[in-house]
Amino acid sequence: MSPELIAQLQFVLWTVLKIAGIMVVLILGVAYYTYAERKVIGFMQVRKGPNRVGFFGLFGKFHFWGLGQPLADVFKLLLKEIIIPQNANRFLFLLAPILSVAPAFAAWAVIPADDWLVLADINAGLLYVLAMTSLGVYGLIVAGWASNSKYAFLGALRSTAQMVSYEIAMGFSLIGVLLLAGSLNLTEIVLAQSGGLFDWYWLPLLPLCMIYIISGVAETNRAPFDVAEGESEIVAGFHVEYAGASFAVFFLAEYANMILISALTTIFFFGGWLSPFQNAPLLGDTILGAGGVHWFLIKLVFFMFTFLWLRATFPRYRYDQIMRLGWKVFVPITIAWVMVASCMAVFGIVDRGV
Amino acid sequence: MNGSLLDSVNIGNWMLIAPELWVLTMTCVILFVDLYIKEERRGIIHLLGMITLIFAAIITLRGGYLEEGATQAFAFNDTFVRDRMGDVLKAFSYLVLAGVYTYAKFYMRQFSLFRSDFYTLSLEALLGIMLLISANNLVMVYLGLELLALASYALVAFDRGSQRASEAAMKYFVLGSMASGILLYGMSMIYGATGSLDLAEISTAAAAAGSGDIILLFGMVFLVVGIAFKLGVVPFHMWIPDVYHGAPAAVTLFIAAVPKMAAFAMAYRLLQSGLGGLHVDWMQMLAVLAVLSIMAGNLAAIAQTNIKRMLAYSTISHMGFVLLGMLPGTATGFGAAMYYVIVYSLMSAAAFGMVILLSHHGVEAEKLDDFKGLNRRNPWYAAIMAMVMFSMAGVPIFVGFFAKWLVIKAALDAGLMWLALLAVIFSVVGAFYYLRVVKLMYFDEPLAESSIEAPVDFRAAISINGILMIGLGIFSSALISVCMSSFT
Amino acid sequence: MPIIEITFYLFAAVLVGAAVMVISVRNPVYAALFLVLTFFSAAALWLLLEVEFLAIVLVLVYVGAVMVLFLFVVMMLDINLAPLKEGFIRYLPAAITVAVVMAVELMMVLWVRGKFGSEAFESPVPHPPDYNNTKEVGEWLYTQYMLPFEVAGIILLVAIIAAVALTLRRRPEAKRQDPARQVQVKRDDRIRMVKMKSETKVEE
Repeated sequence: MSPELIAQLQFVLWTVLKIAGIMVVLILGVAYYTYAERKVIGFMQVRKGPNRVGFFGLFGKFHFWGLGQPLADVFKLLLKEIIIPQNANRFLFLLAPILSVAPAFAAWAVIPADDWLVLADINAGLLYVLAMTSLGVYGLIVAGWASNSKYAFLGALRSTAQMVSYEIAMGFSLIGVLLLAGSLNLTEIVLAQSGGLFDWYWLPLLPLCMIYIISGVAETNRAPFDVAEGESEIVAGFHVEYAGASFAVFFLAEYANMILISALTTIFFFGGWLSPFQNAPLLGDTILGAGGVHWFLIKLVFFMFTFLWLRATFPRYRYDQIMRLGWKVFVPITIAWVMVASCMAVFGIVDRGV
Repeated sequence: MNGSLLDSVNIGNWMLIAPELWVLTMTCVILFVDLYIKEERRGIIHLLGMITLIFAAIITLRGGYLEEGATQAFAFNDTFVRDRMGDVLKAFSYLVLAGVYTYAKFYMRQFSLFRSDFYTLSLEALLGIMLLISANNLVMVYLGLELLALASYALVAFDRGSQRASEAAMKYFVLGSMASGILLYGMSMIYGATGSLDLAEISTAAAAAGSGDIILLFGMVFLVVGIAFKLGVVPFHMWIPDVYHGAPAAVTLFIAAVPKMAAFAMAYRLLQSGLGGLHVDWMQMLAVLAVLSIMAGNLAAIAQTNIKRMLAYSTISHMGFVLLGMLPGTATGFGAAMYYVIVYSLMSAAAFGMVILLSHHGVEAEKLDDFKGLNRRNPWYAAIMAMVMFSMAGVPIFVGFFAKWLVIKAALDAGLMWLALLAVIFSVVGAFYYLRVVKLMYFDEPLAESSIEAPVDFRAAISINGILMIGLGIFSSALISVCMSSFT
Repeated sequence: MPIIEITFYLFAAVLVGAAVMVISVRNPVYAALFLVLTFFSAAALWLLLEVEFLAIVLVLVYVGAVMVLFLFVVMMLDINLAPLKEGFIRYLPAAITVAVVMAVELMMVLWVRGKFGSEAFESPVPHPPDYNNTKEVGEWLYTQYMLPFEVAGIILLVAIIAAVALTLRRRPEAKRQDPARQVQVKRDDRIRMVKMKSETKVEE
């Protein structure tokens, strides 16, 4: 083997290792996100949430506030039987969960948690993220169709229409970001926001920021936009026929997407890993003033919490109202604000990035 | 060749495309006005459409954009060209479209189809036609064509209640997209062979490479196929009869009359301005297409009992004649072809105008039998129709004769004796079915005795259109010299 | 660069295979999904050509939006393919004849006159590392190809007008919600205070 080939192989292996690292962190994140969800909603509804399962009884009577619950859930789901309905399309039925989870993970390749902590620092990162999030819908629609069940199919149709509609508003809000940042590279977008809390893009792009967050909730089919699942109407929507591990994968995809949207909101509108007190006197170089992964994680966790907060707060939207909101409210507002953002960039009201 | 941004926003560029900008602006105005007017005041839309055309003509013909001694003016980094040929074709497009609007208004009122979409879509199609006429770059050719095609597909399906129209639109759409695909494939090959999308640069490269470059030749073949599809010549004519027959008569009128001028301009720009160096190669292809069209068009038309289908086949044969004029690749040849295509547009506008005139109570007069005894019902309309038919058949002193004579002469000059002979023979064959209509009108008993009603603007337009058939024939030299002087 | 070549042949093979499957599978949903795969492989090939903007836009637009709607419609329609295939056998001999004749003609031209393979073209020079495809495309679109770019916008406008003209139907009988009016509603619009005596004797 030529040394060149060996170098290439090394590179491939090293990349695979990095990918595995990201996956492990993500999956653990998802597991404990579900735990956090139950705890947070429990707290908001004045009950306790999970508090029984500890770690295999190793520590006697201590349950550690039920911290073992996610692991118990995972094992339960993995050990259950995967039931394939008789008239389902077997191949697509099993393919659908993978189609759903793959883009949710793939998008993480370009997410920078710090200016050095990113797997692939590509030029068109923002476009890549958009492309990947738009692919997630295949898992849903294929699952709904392959299940050969009316509930599943209805859920799939609803969610497809919803996701395609909200993608447009999402895309337009990002156009505002890239107009101001002057780049499609996520690292450069973050760096273009440096300067402190009021230099982040949430301020000049406030409407776009709000719309992005709301559309993100709709994209992930979370409450109050969870008509795709709508327990009271169509049982559980597109994944009504799934059980065991195949269901777990859908679950994984949904939560991975929520974390992804939170990360993206952080990067696009809230300065990524930058500190809100950047350039502030006194704080200068301390851990508060300097940017770093800790700031990224704090912001990330806040937006993840917002997802749960919204779910505990709002009743479900009616389907036609969802469509109306997406097309007749969000799309016009975003188009108008893209023009405002262009003016801001041209007249130098906001410092344009690179 | 990567021009600067400053160059693109240069005011001179925008002055050159002023007619296009005007049409686009007015389309948007009509779109908005329609939102705020009541159903019964739709006439305003028609008025706005006419105003658009009149001012477009004024802006186009104002001229004065050429520099001393130049015959062409370029804009937007040479993607757009203005020249005399383009201006003349555009002016006639406005004129014919104005006629179409006058006829179509009457039709749409009768069939309760009077919506503003017809005007917006046909103005967008006109914009496509104008851009196609002025395209000087393969991308512009393609985009202009798509603009025209997309609007045409929608127009054919305009009558949503009619299953026949939907079917026709579907056929048109599928075949049209395939033709666009073929054209685009040819363009990509030409780009691969010459490394440029600009027609002038392609021309230089093609002249240097000659017929030796196989990729260039392949590209040319695909281009010719695409052009043939759009012109509707045999063997790429299958869509024409079905679409003409299925579409509402007002839309057929539009599709038959206006876009052919753009198709001619497209063929000229691509084959002569772009691939002039390959003249020997495309001439052979065009010769086969021309012969087949003239033969098949005329023969198939004889068998038709439906006048819309008959006129469709007659269109196919007329397009064969247009190709005949383009064959020699000389200035006189292209002048003759241009004259033919303009004359054809005027003739087909009048012919379909008559079909619309005879339609009543929501029934289209599409059978040949509907013309029986027209002389008894209204001698003047019968006379107009007779003039149109004589002109299409190429009877001397009518304008169609001069058109045929010029293209055949151009073919003769180029030494294509056998082609010219075939064209003459099949003109005579074609005369049979044109004269059959005249016979039906003058010597048969009418099926209905009811008088023929039409608003005054319709009557005026159809009368002028009919008189043009003989008037342009008697005073033919003016238009001929305009066309001939466009190619120098 | 063996890895690049391996990647190319892998994706090219998948692309051709998927494209063949699009036209040969029986189930239209499968056909649509294979078309998705075709687009995806094409995007991967474009990435190898260092045109990342176009590659990602292909995925974003065609795979992410167009094909989803396509799939949506195909699934809802439940197309029965049997009647569509009726004429297939009948026209097969003619179609095969034409196809064979055309293929032979093409082959003859290519073999006799040659110069169609990749050896006829010099291989493209790789771009420097700081090459930014997105920026490059943008610069060309707004300078050299400004007019075509604007015309493409007009084509989209026509598409919108056409779609609305062909599908919009006003249904006066349909009840629809107008949130603006709901929000503006006043108390007096909904409630009427009626003064009446609390107790009256009912007439026998």
